[in-house]
Amino acid sequence: MIPELGNFAVMLALCLAVLQVIIPMVGSYTNNTLWMSLARPLSSGLWVFMVLSFSCLAYSFLHDDFSVAYIARNSNTLLPVYYKFAAVWGAHEGSLLLWILILSTWGYAVSLLSRNLPLDMLARVLSVMGMITAGFLVFLLFTSNPFDRLLLNTPSEGTDLNPLLQDFGLTVHPPFLYMGYVGFSVAFSFAIAALLTGRLDAAWARWTRPWTNAAWAFLTVGIALGSWWAYYELGWGGWWFWDPVENVSFMPWLVGTALIHSLAVTEKRGVFKSWTVLLAIAAFSLSLLGAFIVRSGLITSVHAFAVDPERGLVLLALLLLIIGSSLFLYALRAPVVSGTSNYGGYSREVFLLINNIILVVATATILLGTLYPLITEALYGEANKYSVGPPYFNIVFLPLMSLLAVCLSFGTFTRWKKTSPALLWQKVGKLAFVSIALGIVIPLIVTAEVNMGAMFALVLAIWIVLCIGKDILDKTANKADRLSGLRGLGLSYYGMQLAHFGFAVVICGICLTSNYSVEEDVRMAKGESITIGKYEFRFEGVVERPGPNYTANSATIQVMKNGENYLTMHPEKRFYSARGDVQTEADIQVGFFRDLFTALGDPRGDDEWVVRIHVKPFVFWIWFGAFLMAAGGVTAILDRRYRSRKVVRSDIPATDANGSLRPALES
Amino acid sequence: MNSARKQKMTIVFFILFGSAVTVGLILFALNEGINVFFTPTEIAEGKVPAGQNIRIGGMVKEGSLVSDGLEGTSIEFITTDTNADVKVAFTGVLPDLFREGQGVVAEGVVDADGVFQANQILAKHDENYMSAEVKAAMDAAKKKQAAEVTAQ
Repeated sequence: MIPELGNFAVMLALCLAVLQVIIPMVGSYTNNTLWMSLARPLSSGLWVFMVLSFSCLAYSFLHDDFSVAYIARNSNTLLPVYYKFAAVWGAHEGSLLLWILILSTWGYAVSLLSRNLPLDMLARVLSVMGMITAGFLVFLLFTSNPFDRLLLNTPSEGTDLNPLLQDFGLTVHPPFLYMGYVGFSVAFSFAIAALLTGRLDAAWARWTRPWTNAAWAFLTVGIALGSWWAYYELGWGGWWFWDPVENVSFMPWLVGTALIHSLAVTEKRGVFKSWTVLLAIAAFSLSLLGAFIVRSGLITSVHAFAVDPERGLVLLALLLLIIGSSLFLYALRAPVVSGTSNYGGYSREVFLLINNIILVVATATILLGTLYPLITEALYGEANKYSVGPPYFNIVFLPLMSLLAVCLSFGTFTRWKKTSPALLWQKVGKLAFVSIALGIVIPLIVTAEVNMGAMFALVLAIWIVLCIGKDILDKTANKADRLSGLRGLGLSYYGMQLAHFGFAVVICGICLTSNYSVEEDVRMAKGESITIGKYEFRFEGVVERPGPNYTANSATIQVMKNGENYLTMHPEKRFYSARGDVQTEADIQVGFFRDLFTALGDPRGDDEWVVRIHVKPFVFWIWFGAFLMAAGGVTAILDRRYRSRKVVRSDIPATDANGSLRPALES
Repeated sequence: MNSARKQKMTIVFFILFGSAVTVGLILFALNEGINVFFTPTEIAEGKVPAGQNIRIGGMVKEGSLVSDGLEGTSIEFITTDTNADVKVAFTGVLPDLFREGQGVVAEGVVDADGVFQANQILAKHDENYMSAEVKAAMDAAKKKQAAEVTAQ
């Protein structure tokens, strides 16, 4: 009964979504206030029914209703309750339901939080979001319904959740990732609504900014969680593999980052408008492309969902419809909304433009690398199977990111319109020398060896951090006292600097880990030990240990630090009986400056095991930095100006030196 | 040159410069980072230049996994597409889903003795799922065998 209720709720949600598409949109063109104001109640109704259907599926999971095909495939009576709930989004159908629930949640949030939005704009935004929701609901109902029943031969036991997913990191990773992916639908809908009205001004950019920041922050956390999960759950000790599925989550993030910076220019200076709109469309389109690639099984990937060509085709049609129509609309309307303004060669506009170009180029290269196997297969036939490996991505991506890091500080130091090169040099010259000196000297003192990669990265990170400090000091220098100066800077400024600081931390984490990690795969018998740096790892043998839905080979590794007992680690090899899967469970001691990573490999010979032992300095900084970046995004949202009820149409200076700035175009 | 045009020129310059650098990087990187996929049959026929980084795919032959008598964490096994066998040597930890009789994809080079020296072994997350590459290799081998049967 409950699954039918859930199914029914999805159908009702589809009906409401269709109404949400039509009524407010028609109302906005006929100036019918009543029809336009229906957008709000419709979006809340849609949300209520999505919550209801999601709850029904969760309820059925918790009560082990194996007559539902999806539950029979992804749950088991022995599964701990917590994972039964997380199993709701453990495979294709349920995760799609979560995806749509989150989409409707964003729509509901827009209807709640946009009280200062003109009614016709709100009506169009919610109508566009309704279109996307309706499209995905149709896809869910007709190709991948999680409520489908196995009524004739109901199994008495489910086949269990994939053991890789039975883990805290992965239960929270998809919701965050989807919040990010789907969150870009808000920026997308604002862009489409703005194209429809032709009202693409500073106010539009200001409405869009907090939503974009929010989606970006969620996506940042989502990607970081995924990478963290890969690090400790896959048992490889790696945290990024340039796997197609990782790439498709990374591309919307890069374009979203470009969008955040471009929106700043559009809001403050009224330029880059069509470019900003294009980025908003691109960010969401790449999110959809990601969904398509992951769910169609087009690309061989370590975590591709079930392969089903029919689903893939429907999803491709949906993707082409959304991207195609939005680009068509863009082609028709973009010339209408362009605006011009002047800025000099050393202005903040130029450095933000450089930021945008680097990020978009980086996205394009990743897209090329990800789709390359598909392209060659289509061009030269199936016999030519190429795969693009990490070397390609590292060679292309790392120089681009280094350039980005160098330019970042110039972007924060320069002023809008024009900055004199002499002033700029006066500000950064000393800092550049200091960061180069520190970046070279610190690793030399600590490790007493020359490591170009680590030094280069450290120079970049120190450069960013020093420039942040200098900028804050400069900005508060003329105030009566520092404290009131610091208070006056505004949360969006602190958000920006926090995110940039996070970027520096990530650079440190990635490069120091890559260059200084010690990774040993050794064959060990009981009592043998290996020494890495000041740590000695002694293998004390393997015992069998039962778990709730698995049995484990649990190893004991005694770690000594400087000759004294430090800690005992228990990496495991688990055997999940329901599926017959084997799963490596690494044991990691997380530290702020270094992680100790141990994983149990396979048995060799009579009494020996292969053991993987890594000492990874600064690896924690990768995720810590990502968290700081997300926190920066959230801090910027909290800025007072986004909450002001007053609608300011345009606060762009009316004219500049040449008097050539046109006011933002109104419809 | 008026300033609006100058501005456009700056933009065009940046874009051109950016694309040039990127295209250069990509061309260089594609050389380094691309692996072509070969089947065990193709390797047995000597179609693979020695020393080139490639991927192979096939099934792990039952009973072929050997670790005794080898140094450290080295192992050897035989991968097959039922038509031809290739010996694979690998040093390190095998992935969880690696099993005899299951599909496997390996990256590495063919040495002078015709042994595939793998630097990475990939097995898929889902044991029911066969990698598209392994499937293609098996299908090609089947076709070839069928063709040979008809020829006889």
